[in-house]
Amino acid sequence: MTTLKAKDYTTDQDVRWCPGCGDYAVLAAVRKALPVIGGAKENQVFVSGIGCAARFPYYMETYGMHSIHGRAPAFATGIKLANPQLDVWLVSGDGDLLSIGGNHTMHAMRRNVGIRILLLNNRIYGLTKGQYSPTSEVGKITKSTPMGSIDEPVMPLALALAAECSFVARCLDIDAKPLGAIMERAAGHAGTAFVEVLQDCNIFNHQAWFHASQKDTRPANTLQLVHGDPMIFGVDSERCIIRSQDGLGVANVADVDAADIVVHDETNRTQAFELATMRYPDFPEPLGVLYVNADRPMYEAACEDQVARAKADRPADLQALVHGPETWQVT
Amino acid sequence: MPDSTTTPTNQPPIAVDDVAVRFAGDSGDGMQLAGGQFTATTALVGNDFATFPDYPAEIRAPRGTTFGVSGFQVHFSSNTIHTPGDVVDVLVAMNPAAFKTNIADVRPGGIVLADEDEFGKVGLKKAGYEPDVNPLDDEDLQRRYRIVPVPLSRIVREELADDDHGAKEVMRCRNIFALGLVCWLYDRPLEPTIDHLNETFGVKKGRQDIADLNIRALRAGWNFGETAELVGERYTVAPADLKPGTYRRISGNEAMVLGLTAAARKANKPMVYASYPITPASDVLHGMSGMKRFDVTTFQAEDEIAAVCAAIGASFAGSIGVTGTSGPGLALKGEAMGLAVMLELPLVILDVQRGGPATGMPTKPEQADLLQAMFGRSGEAPVIVLAAASPSDCFDTAIEAVRLATRHMCPVIVLSDAAIANGAEPWKLPDLEAIEPIEITHPTEPNDGEVFHPYMRDEHTGGRPWAIPGTPGLEHRVGGLEKEAVTGNVCYDGENHEAMVHARQAKIMAAQAVIPPIEVGGDTTSDTLILGWGGSRGAILEAADQLSAAGTPVAHAHLRHLNPFPADLGDVLARFDRVIVPETNSGQLRFLLRATYLCDAIGVNVMRGRSFQVQELVEGITRAMEGKS
Repeated sequence: MTTLKAKDYTTDQDVRWCPGCGDYAVLAAVRKALPVIGGAKENQVFVSGIGCAARFPYYMETYGMHSIHGRAPAFATGIKLANPQLDVWLVSGDGDLLSIGGNHTMHAMRRNVGIRILLLNNRIYGLTKGQYSPTSEVGKITKSTPMGSIDEPVMPLALALAAECSFVARCLDIDAKPLGAIMERAAGHAGTAFVEVLQDCNIFNHQAWFHASQKDTRPANTLQLVHGDPMIFGVDSERCIIRSQDGLGVANVADVDAADIVVHDETNRTQAFELATMRYPDFPEPLGVLYVNADRPMYEAACEDQVARAKADRPADLQALVHGPETWQVT
Repeated sequence: MPDSTTTPTNQPPIAVDDVAVRFAGDSGDGMQLAGGQFTATTALVGNDFATFPDYPAEIRAPRGTTFGVSGFQVHFSSNTIHTPGDVVDVLVAMNPAAFKTNIADVRPGGIVLADEDEFGKVGLKKAGYEPDVNPLDDEDLQRRYRIVPVPLSRIVREELADDDHGAKEVMRCRNIFALGLVCWLYDRPLEPTIDHLNETFGVKKGRQDIADLNIRALRAGWNFGETAELVGERYTVAPADLKPGTYRRISGNEAMVLGLTAAARKANKPMVYASYPITPASDVLHGMSGMKRFDVTTFQAEDEIAAVCAAIGASFAGSIGVTGTSGPGLALKGEAMGLAVMLELPLVILDVQRGGPATGMPTKPEQADLLQAMFGRSGEAPVIVLAAASPSDCFDTAIEAVRLATRHMCPVIVLSDAAIANGAEPWKLPDLEAIEPIEITHPTEPNDGEVFHPYMRDEHTGGRPWAIPGTPGLEHRVGGLEKEAVTGNVCYDGENHEAMVHARQAKIMAAQAVIPPIEVGGDTTSDTLILGWGGSRGAILEAADQLSAAGTPVAHAHLRHLNPFPADLGDVLARFDRVIVPETNSGQLRFLLRATYLCDAIGVNVMRGRSFQVQELVEGITRAMEGKS
């Protein structure tokens, strides 16, 4: 088999995102990651809902479906039910997957359908030109909130964990390498893999995540999670996460015993939930793989199994089926 | 021991042609079971029949109240019949509420078997009667009907009492006692019911004692009829002159399940049935969930929208995607159906219609979703619309839906309704070999040199190639944005859009090539055509027969294909001076006929939460023919 390159995943369609959009970085990272992940192009399907991010499938030289607003997880579920062997990637935005499609996102996760969700979270409605989104912060001034948003934002990672999602991760749009690495792990995960990508919208929500994404802000304001490593961050690795009576807290490394620094355990769902609910500026933004549960059965596999058992149990005799339990003769 | 060969001690049974019996009681009284079992017995005797289960939306309304009354009507005959019957010859009323809500449907002189023990003060009050006024004693009613008070509860309590069963278990056999009594009255054998009870309670549930208790109740009912001489005579209905063959009893929802499954096998494709529970379509989901061995996967989605989206996803990936619902669910599926129109993928949407709008009357039939099926989507989004005419017709309609959806790569809506979905009739088993295979091809090679164009059309069907993921070299994207013809690329060009609107319409019209011409029945030389669609066929046939017999010959025709109409419909309409369109809505087909053919059709419209009664149809048609409305 020939080795594929990023350009093999590039369609002949002009990419129509705004110049400087974070989507470009993600698209480039995905095109770069897929050849590394491997697998046949014809078995890959990109599914999306509606929004800027949802144009993604048009730019991927794989099978693809740009569906309707919020429903991508349901389409993806149907695709997996019909053919569990397909690699199904779902790329959509925060409005699509957390607002109109919140219901479907939640149910795909709790069923553990084997799909990989990249949620591009720019905390704004871009395609409709700048209304606040379900992840916008309280007080956000937008076209539809001239006096500031009064909606408490959704915490996507916490929502995913509450829905029993079996793989939960987070990274930055501009971080091609970590994004590729997380995609690789997501691709190897049997079940729903959820990756929140913190993303900029340079037209309607510029600098959305600049407190975490810039060279000069990142060390102080992000926490890179590594399984088995103590949670240490800061410009000089001088800050850390500790556990107190009130839950997780931030401290100076110098002020605590090394043993008191919380160690990341991506199999610990309770701790993952604590990480998922950390809020800037009291806490750094956690990045990396928060949680993995490789033991949950996959939905489509369970479905296939039932079909297989039913077939083994009784022959598929259409004549007998139509005949039914009771007949009579008319002569 | 009573059986079909028992000679009654009194008179031999009187032969009658045609009988309708209604079992009515509390929704927990087991009326559906008693009615269903009586129907099974009737089928084995060889009568033609049609049934009408009428149950409340509430699962267990307060006992004894009128809104908790559940009924099951069986119409059986030595002739060919098509409806459950306008009026009933025998009403079994298990309590005052059942008596009150059903008595008006008994024909004058009809028999009313009432459990007199339930007509005490409490029972009367619950049903809204004055506690001191027992309708069983009402002289007006006694003149009008043959009211037969039966000490049903008392006999069951006394006859069945034993040390092993509590009063509750014993009293649960009241329905089977009533069934035994009606079996005696119409000379039906008890064996089928005994077998059924042994199977259901003994074999399946391991409660042979309960089976035995019910069998004792059944015989007690029969014996009571034979010895009490309350009714006097008995009746018998000779077998009907049905076409020779093997028959079974089938309801519309059962036939839909068999039809969809048969279609999947005829197409040699897996099927994904995605649905969300909704009355009266849930039984199709239940049925399909038992079809896994035929490569059917069922998916109970989180909502109606997810159900249709999953079905579309399944079709994209190469299964036959089907979703089922009722009117409110169809409304929710609208946007996704529009997407399926745009994606040009096969999709079957079943709508078991019920009274609307909104929650409306969930257990009652109505034909009021036709225009929703036609137009309930944004933009110009034509789909194929079919309607089943009877319970067994659901089988053929389901197969045709799959055939057309895959042939033209488009959504097909199948309309059924609560009456045919739950109603049953005899069904002469189809010759499965005679059903044409459903030919489906998935391309494996590019269709333009080295290039694959996902929107290159078949010149005959208008359909596009159904290339499925997993096929190397045919990777392509589909989506809700307007497509450029041939390439399928996103395209906002106005002229292309107009051409695509026409193309999507044209492929729906292309189905006319495989839609059979209209069969006009009755007196084809009449100047009047009665044109119906969907579940009202039986009532229209009987009404037309009655009119002809009474010296008013009319022609009649019935539409399964609502979009596109059969190609010859315009010509057929033009042959008649008068076109009368009976519908249980306010004139939706009539609206379409007027819009399509400038045909000044006259409506007969009834919206009473039930199917047409033959008599009201005869009167409505007569009025229409006299120029009154």
